[in-house]
Amino acid sequence: MKTLSIIASLWMLSSVAVAIDVGEAFDDPKLQARYEKIISEVRCLKCQNQTIKDSNAFLASDLRREIRHMLEDGKTDDEIYEFLVSRYGDFALYRPRASGRTLILWIAPMMFLVFGAFALWRIVQRRTVLSIDDEAIDDV
Amino acid sequence: MSKFVLPLVVFLALVAVFVVGLTKDPSRIPSPLLQHPAPQFELPSLADPDVLVGSATYANQMVLVNIWATWCPGCRQEHDYLLELASESVIPIFGLNWRDNRADALNWIEVLGDPYIASAFDMDGRVGIDWGAYGAPETFLVDKNGIVIHKHIAPLTREIWQRDFVPLIAAAEGTP
Repeated sequence: MKTLSIIASLWMLSSVAVAIDVGEAFDDPKLQARYEKIISEVRCLKCQNQTIKDSNAFLASDLRREIRHMLEDGKTDDEIYEFLVSRYGDFALYRPRASGRTLILWIAPMMFLVFGAFALWRIVQRRTVLSIDDEAIDDV
Repeated sequence: MSKFVLPLVVFLALVAVFVVGLTKDPSRIPSPLLQHPAPQFELPSLADPDVLVGSATYANQMVLVNIWATWCPGCRQEHDYLLELASESVIPIFGLNWRDNRADALNWIEVLGDPYIASAFDMDGRVGIDWGAYGAPETFLVDKNGIVIHKHIAPLTREIWQRDFVPLIAAAEGTP
């Protein structure tokens, strides 16, 4: 029983051992927070449904390293995103910036919402008219 | 009857969008480098760590920049074709050996043959990032003004070469 519990606790601890980037990248909590935010918004292009924060592909760790260097050099978040987009395209960002070619991504959901609301309004309106109009009900 | 037309049109439009989406390969990401200047770089050569090679090696001429590594099965697949292409001396091929091990890479070239005018040794992947590399093999066609005019992701074959590269090279050579 004792052995079992030791194994169990070791097993639980093992998830810490396989965590990516053990420890903090920066001593400064502000920089660390910016770093965490940026790496959780960048797509790992080698493993497309992961962020570079979650991936241990070498490309993800290379990009994390470059982002750390840029933060150390005092680059702004926008400069870092620009660095990534100019090399890997808008697809590299999970939240593509609203500009030019990505505009459709931002507008389309709102267009669908407006279209859906309009369709719903039309249907409701027609049913209201139908139920008031006795003849129409007789026709059905 | 007519009230089914609009939903049907909308439905068919959605189907069309999804069908097109299904035929696209999400692993082929268009390069933002296209029609832009290729990255400038200088790295130790694979053959000799004391010799620097890079964009200056192929300045003012049209070149193929091929990103390769020994861990990359696609690179093995295209290697024979690269050798063939090199022997035809249509265009110089510059190799960017990406995130590799020097001994393995040297062995690869010795055993399989060397299609490259030179290979740069990008051990930490920094230059690969400048090229927007995310999966070797990747092949860039750079014109003599240093502009990237084509990028091919996946192994190069004669069919792809004839279809995608040959017309671009002919067009680029036609313009001063």
